Amino acid sequence: MADIKVAAYICKGCGLGERLDTDALVKVAQKDGKVPLAKSHDFLCNADGVAMIRNDIANEGVTHVMIGACSRRAKTEAFFFPENAVARANLREGVIWIRPDTDEARETTQEMAEDYIRMGCAEVKAMTAPGGNANTGSSKTLMVVGGGVTGMTTAIEASKTGYPVVLVEKSGALGGWAGKLYKRVPVHEPYKSPMDTGVADLASQVLGDSNIKVYLNATVAKTDGAPGRFVVDIATESGATHTEDIGAIVQATGFTLYDMNKLPELGGGQSPNVVDQAGLEALATAAAAGDGVIRRPSDGQPVKSVVFVQCAGQRDTSGQHLSYCSGFCCNASIKQAMYFKDANPAVDTTIIYTDLRTPGNGEDFYRSAQEKGVVFTKGKVAQVLPNGATSTVKFHDLILDDADAAMVDVDLVVLATGQVANSGVNIEALTKPQVEGQEGEPQAAGTVEVKPISILNLTYRQGPDVPQLKQGFTDSHFICFPYETRRTGIYTAGPVRRPMDIVQAREDATGAALKAIQALENAELGRAAHPRSGDLSFPKVRLEGCTQCKRCTVECPFGAIDEDEKRFPVFNESRCRRCGTCMGACPVRVISFENYSVNTVGAQIKAVDIPDEFSEKPRILILACENDAYPALDMAGMSRNEYSAFVRIIPIRCLGSVNTIWITDALNAGYDGVMLMGCKSGDEYQCHFVKGSELGRVRMSKIDDTLKTLNLESERVRDLEVAITDIQRVPEMIDKYAAELVAVGPSPFKGF
Amino acid sequence: MSANTAVADKYRNNFLKEIEEQVEMGDWVKMCMQCGVCSGSCPTNFQSAWEHPPQEIFMMIRAGKREEVLTTTSMWNCTSCYNCIVRCPRKLPITHIMHGIAEYAHRIGMAPKMQPTRFFSGLFWKNCTHTGRVNELKLSMGLYFKDGFVQGIKNGMAMQAVALGLVKARRLNVMELFGGHKCKDQKGIQSMLKKAYEIERSRKAARMAG
Repeated sequence: MADIKVAAYICKGCGLGERLDTDALVKVAQKDGKVPLAKSHDFLCNADGVAMIRNDIANEGVTHVMIGACSRRAKTEAFFFPENAVARANLREGVIWIRPDTDEARETTQEMAEDYIRMGCAEVKAMTAPGGNANTGSSKTLMVVGGGVTGMTTAIEASKTGYPVVLVEKSGALGGWAGKLYKRVPVHEPYKSPMDTGVADLASQVLGDSNIKVYLNATVAKTDGAPGRFVVDIATESGATHTEDIGAIVQATGFTLYDMNKLPELGGGQSPNVVDQAGLEALATAAAAGDGVIRRPSDGQPVKSVVFVQCAGQRDTSGQHLSYCSGFCCNASIKQAMYFKDANPAVDTTIIYTDLRTPGNGEDFYRSAQEKGVVFTKGKVAQVLPNGATSTVKFHDLILDDADAAMVDVDLVVLATGQVANSGVNIEALTKPQVEGQEGEPQAAGTVEVKPISILNLTYRQGPDVPQLKQGFTDSHFICFPYETRRTGIYTAGPVRRPMDIVQAREDATGAALKAIQALENAELGRAAHPRSGDLSFPKVRLEGCTQCKRCTVECPFGAIDEDEKRFPVFNESRCRRCGTCMGACPVRVISFENYSVNTVGAQIKAVDIPDEFSEKPRILILACENDAYPALDMAGMSRNEYSAFVRIIPIRCLGSVNTIWITDALNAGYDGVMLMGCKSGDEYQCHFVKGSELGRVRMSKIDDTLKTLNLESERVRDLEVAITDIQRVPEMIDKYAAELVAVGPSPFKGF
Repeated sequence: MSANTAVADKYRNNFLKEIEEQVEMGDWVKMCMQCGVCSGSCPTNFQSAWEHPPQEIFMMIRAGKREEVLTTTSMWNCTSCYNCIVRCPRKLPITHIMHGIAEYAHRIGMAPKMQPTRFFSGLFWKNCTHTGRVNELKLSMGLYFKDGFVQGIKNGMAMQAVALGLVKARRLNVMELFGGHKCKDQKGIQSMLKKAYEIERSRKAARMAG
């Protein structure tokens, strides 16, 4: 390792100079931090202060910088030294703002600041400046899988931005679901009548764009590599395989209607005169090609009465069918009822609904249908009984509370079945060990069954498709990063992600195209995608120490790590999001980042001065997730919400990156307790790395064994869910825990 | 109408069409979105006093329940406070529709005969068109004796104190029972009303024809 020279800078601005003894802090940095160069400054983040640091870097040979000032989340532009390792001691939000300005508090406040200086100095020495990932690719081509409205929109938007596109469509024509529609729900004033789908126009734009290469009748046979350097084999009908270099991928594989044959009680599959929405679009298209009269499939007689059954096989609480609302079908049924009314107002059209949900400007469309004489009946259809050429629809009228309501002699029944995502193989179902007699029964009825055909055929160790969350829709961080999948550089858009209509799908397509472009640009520069966007660090592994336990390759939430033939991990840095879950998982601790490692955190834990058991000054270590918990703690400081002076907080990338050695080290060093603060996990997760907090918690659930071997109480380690909004709650949780620990008593490990 | 056709008519548009054609503002019925704000806003529907609140009446019309709608007492409870009109998110003139349906039921002889507000409406109309002025004594006595002589006496006894007070305060003249005072041009009023009837009859005939 090259020689390092560490410098520590203590700021006196923002009240730090008045509240703290900064001269003492400088001495602590020199004596305990063993820093050759330590200075204080009246106003470190101003031009003069920054110039001082720059000068030391240029002329004094300073390589590592420790800044004792505000939170690492503040003044990031002023304290930007990309060539150097930088650590920040949070004296402002983390110390003076959360402590009362009283004479009694002065001593503990000063101790807190001194510990943070020690921790900062220890951390920075264990760091190196990240150099960036060298294993990058520079392909700027975007691959779009699926040639429906979403896929075509993605292709057009990306092409307009100047990026070449390869579009792969399974069928022989562009258009997808929308291409099969007779008309679509209106999207502009006055929202009164169905309008042209516009699919032909989109398709001609795609086909006429020299920047877009279209493969029809084609599937993705193999996807290898990483963002910026994907190598994709595209298999065409003729049996030929084309290989393309791809930078990023947008999967827009859309949906399939829920199979109405699973709804025999609603007449699905029982009579040709009971159709789903796709069936009615086909009838309407056929009618438009002929005399404009929609005819009964069974005998070709004109339809005089039609009933639309909403929520057919949807919003099902019995667990047999879809549990969710697809959101598009109310508007679609209104549109289809208008096909009849616009051609012949004498046709009886009834829509039986439980809750009419018309997003967008659907309310105007709904009103227009009422004006046209479409009858809306609030009820729940129990049975559709086909009887010869007509059917009887039995339903529960929810307004009149009549359970035996019925309509007889109905010519045509349309079932509004929902959207089922075409999301490929459910890799979790594939990889989950099927142990006999365990709960892992064949996927409970009601969840969408595993579709056997993979869409992307990824060569990733974790499986051939992007992971799914619930109901077969692809997993994405729903609130913050909706298009991101758990495979970096691969984005999903449209109904494969969640049920949606054409308007929403086009918006999705545009968003995903932009995110994909961002991903391939980042990949070329060796930088991370969200949420550590721009991060140049990446995991490094010391293979000599590796025991091939495969924990990292199994646990990586993003499938970034493959295995070689000897089962050693092979890191694909461009796929990595830098969460550190692999580092937390590694039992032999051979995985690290240049600026974040078992050592950088471990050194901080050890740097804290632990007072003896008679001092009545307990020490609590807090490992706080930098995405939610740490900002919440900072904001608690900004709001001057006070908390205990006995805590020492270390920001971590994710709960998933917590290696149990840190806990053991802390308890051995005499800390009285450890608090872990991470995001919510589970199906409603808020973890920015999707699985990180969950995996971290699984590991921590086993910490009791460690505590037992140390002969310690289980209260000494506390795992907490913290959201970014917990500005009030976090200080309360800290104080409550500190009080509990007083009851438990001091750690027996103090003073060893 | 046979039982079979009655079933076939259920949830078909026939009765809705009849209401649209025959009832004043009836063409608004189809615009109801069944939110129930009208029923919840109605002060006379307090503790579900209406047999069928407006929301239900609209649904019953769509469900083809002709008999039930036209014979119900519900619409007759409306006091025209206009709360429902003000609150209806679909801007339906609910008060007017209620009166329109009541009027239609009355016109075709299906309205409940002894429903108090309907009875009172008829009484009031006869009373005031007869002389051109309202005879309050005869009006209130007519209402007292609605359900027969014995009940009438009972009602009168119950209101005795109020009546005597009114007499004392000279707000009620017992002599009004014999003839009572009239407007200046009684004949003029009568012929005006006759003309109005004629106009309405011809308008309805024209609507039925065309």
